Amino acid sequence: MDYGYSLYLTGPEVFLSVSGLVLTLVAAWGGRNSGRLCTILAVVALVGASVITGSLMLSDASVQGAEAFGGLYRMDTFGSFAKLLIYLASIGCLMITPRFFASGDEYRPEYPLLMVFGAVGMGMMVSAVDLMTLYIGLELSSLSSYVLASFTRSDDRSAEAGLKYFVLGALASGILLYGMSLVYGFSGSTGYGAIRAAFDGTLGTGALFGVIFVLAGLAFKISAVPFHMWTPDVYEGAPTPVTTFFATAPKVAAIAMTARIALEAFGNQASAWQQIVIFAALASIVVGALGAIGQSNVKRLLAYSSINNVGFILIGLAAATEAGASAMLVYLAIYVAMSLGSFVAVLMMRDADGNQVEAIADMAGLSRTNPMLALCLAAMMLSLAGIPPLFGFWGKFVVFQAAVQADLVILAAIGIAASVIGAFYYLKIVKIMYFDEPANVVTGKSDAAHWAVLVGSTLVVSPLGYLLTKPLGMVADRAAQALFFMV
Amino acid sequence: MGGFPILSIMLLVPLAAAIICLMVEASLARSVALGATLVNLALGILLWLNYDIGGAQWQFTERAELFAGFSYALGIDGIALLLIVLSVFLMPICILASWTSITKRVGEYMAAFLFMELLMIGVFAAQDMFLFYIFFEAGLIPMYLIIGIWGGDNRIYASYKFFLYTLLGSVLMLIAMMWMVNEAGTTDIPTLMNYDFDPKAQTWLWLAFFASFAVKMPMWPVHTWLPDAHVQAPTAGSVILAGVLLKMGGYGFIRFSLPMFPEASAQFAWLIFILSMLAVVITSLIALVQNDMKKLIAYSSVAHMAIVTVGLFSFNVQGLEGSMIVMLSHGLVSGALFLCVGVIYDRLHTREIDRYGGLSINMPKYAMLFLLFTMASIGLPGTSGFVGEFLSLAGIYEVSSLVTLVCTTSIILGAAYMLYLYRRVAFGPQKNADAAAMQDIGIREWLMLGPIAAAVLWMGVYPESFLAPMRKDIAALDARLARAAPEGDAKLVAGKPRETIANEMPHVAGEHSGAGAEHGEAAEGAH
Repeated sequence: MDYGYSLYLTGPEVFLSVSGLVLTLVAAWGGRNSGRLCTILAVVALVGASVITGSLMLSDASVQGAEAFGGLYRMDTFGSFAKLLIYLASIGCLMITPRFFASGDEYRPEYPLLMVFGAVGMGMMVSAVDLMTLYIGLELSSLSSYVLASFTRSDDRSAEAGLKYFVLGALASGILLYGMSLVYGFSGSTGYGAIRAAFDGTLGTGALFGVIFVLAGLAFKISAVPFHMWTPDVYEGAPTPVTTFFATAPKVAAIAMTARIALEAFGNQASAWQQIVIFAALASIVVGALGAIGQSNVKRLLAYSSINNVGFILIGLAAATEAGASAMLVYLAIYVAMSLGSFVAVLMMRDADGNQVEAIADMAGLSRTNPMLALCLAAMMLSLAGIPPLFGFWGKFVVFQAAVQADLVILAAIGIAASVIGAFYYLKIVKIMYFDEPANVVTGKSDAAHWAVLVGSTLVVSPLGYLLTKPLGMVADRAAQALFFMV
Repeated sequence: MGGFPILSIMLLVPLAAAIICLMVEASLARSVALGATLVNLALGILLWLNYDIGGAQWQFTERAELFAGFSYALGIDGIALLLIVLSVFLMPICILASWTSITKRVGEYMAAFLFMELLMIGVFAAQDMFLFYIFFEAGLIPMYLIIGIWGGDNRIYASYKFFLYTLLGSVLMLIAMMWMVNEAGTTDIPTLMNYDFDPKAQTWLWLAFFASFAVKMPMWPVHTWLPDAHVQAPTAGSVILAGVLLKMGGYGFIRFSLPMFPEASAQFAWLIFILSMLAVVITSLIALVQNDMKKLIAYSSVAHMAIVTVGLFSFNVQGLEGSMIVMLSHGLVSGALFLCVGVIYDRLHTREIDRYGGLSINMPKYAMLFLLFTMASIGLPGTSGFVGEFLSLAGIYEVSSLVTLVCTTSIILGAAYMLYLYRRVAFGPQKNADAAAMQDIGIREWLMLGPIAAAVLWMGVYPESFLAPMRKDIAALDARLARAAPEGDAKLVAGKPRETIANEMPHVAGEHSGAGAEHGEAAEGAH
């Protein structure tokens, strides 16, 4: 085994881990006031990791992929694409955080530290080609997330969110581990390649149980129905920047990991898991849409919206084709921009005392009191609803096109018809902001960093985003090819 | 026109103006919007003048590979040309109609209308299936805002209903489009128009497209969003809704359903006929009992659109041409009628018919124009309504006498509800003092209604100007449909021309006039 080459392939994780350790020292000696400095250093570290990932992606080996540490870790375009999204989302979340906590005395240097270690874990998740690596990566990122969820210690809701997330997350990890042990028992290996080879032909009942338990554990991590119950509570309770983070980076990591395990390790048994994924997809779309209708808290509403979006992404996975995998990645990229934008817009809504405004009713007439913010948020909502010409439509478009190409016309028809239910509550937000009389609650001023993230993501979501379809589609296609290269 | 991208410029002008309108204050926004729509009208006239009748089927084509999966491809044939000209013709009128009646959030209002214009032109000019879909669907957003922000009392309900109803209709069409593109391997509309899909698949595809276009059209029984949307929308919103947005459904049938699925269209013609017959009778009767002027005109729109659908599915040239003329005529006439309602609504702020009466005494000019549009809506010869309805009904007569019989009642019922409306508004005693005190129309309102009146008479007296550009395209469509055309029950055969002149006087030399008449009758009987 060539350690030098392995270390080169795992460059982004190595770099981030070292940066994380250095940051720990800075935080330890800098004291509580080094929060801002640590944030800046963490952003720099993530930018550095993105550059390394980008350069690996452009290297010759990236399409076929190259394995590090004796088949535990795999560097390919798919992993790199997901990692870039994860790093960009983490950078976005870090940019908006310090100002959020500025009013209280809550912000501490641990926050960026946890984000960096979370990013290391997520990077490992998407690159893992062995169940062991996968589990370590997953737990590393989950542990960071549990702590982040309860970061505002003085707030009961935040503590509750952290506890709920931890208990249910541990349960899901248990289910996942149980499935992994079954898979290992019936295939005799923890490597994806060997599992794939062992699961050729008919699948025994025990092995099938293994596959189902693994997918159930993963469904929890991506908050797909019927393992979605924790999402609204955690999203509501966690501080808004943390919610923003949960809705973006870990979601990308979990979905990319699910795609890799389904298409690589269980690639020969697509018919066995396809029906599970189809059920989860349709159930997520419907439950996500119906659940959101009655919500009065905007963060809960966005939580249901993320469940709804996961359903659409899973339709791409259900296709079990290269086009489907590519469509998933395109959707993920657009989804990250939309979630980042909508949560930042929520985060920017403060009343005169600087407190967060989360009640939907308080957003009434926002288009007159703060037209720019209302315009951006309306663009996000209509984009999430998938109404052209906003860019969110393109995500749904590629996913459904992949389903149609894979002869899943009925699935596509039901899915797209259910998306109309979802359109209702997105429209409700637009209605409240544009049609209702101003409630004059949202009056606080926002920071330049918030505006930068919001305007940036709005530009991506606007019709200008269609100019990205070519490069984005090309990279996603290459990433999907890499995923299927093992075949 | 060489390489001059006139269609792209027609899209860019309203876009640029809309962005400006969002940033400037009210009075400037009005002027910018009027200027931009007038520029687009000039470009539209230029487009019409430069359209080469009898030339290539697709003209002014532009293509740029900007996107993955679909391309930015524009181009028009005669059918699209006329609908684009209709859109750009109505837009400045809409802006004028909103000049004084819209006072809050003027910049946003004008921007919404300009976006609307951009999207309408885009729908008719798109030559790529998915580009068409994007323009088609995107129109929901500005219309949602127009109804929801500047509408009447029940605007929220109407805006939701409009949005969700039409969205649900359209999304299934998207899946069908994806299937077609997957099957045919191209997104190019002209190519797809000549692609023969498997007749079994056509059934499903047709139904998916029908779901979308029937809602947009709107056909009975999925028309219920229309009266709500119309009544609650501001005047100019109603004009655009009736004038152009409803045409998207008819355009969809003529551009997609008929040429792409001829067999399925023939197979489902009965469905269209039944729904249209029901629509004609039911919605006309509903219109008869309305107390709200806008609602009455909205229901009459549904009845007129039913004539369009039967004409389209008659599978012959008369029917298709007639449908196009009905669409153009209805765009002008119902738009004008909504403007007429708007004129008196601006003065009295009610649409209730009983609050008016005897307007011909204090508003004679208004009463004259209103009468002209009322007659055009009924289909009086000399107005545009007659030409379209006559051709459509002549077309459907070749297919089914029964359908013709039922659909012709639309002219009688149309006369009933329109004349009844006119009598209650314009004639009779001046029973309300405030209505009697209203001023006659001013210069701005003349500028709105005058051009439409001229266009209505032009189309009624010399329809050739409007038929000529699309004749070749209709003929091509008819040829494409020929293999699937159902056999009609009229069994028309061309008669043999008689050798003598019809009113020829008998030439019997030297006879008296009385005997000659007797002789003539005998000769007539012998024929």
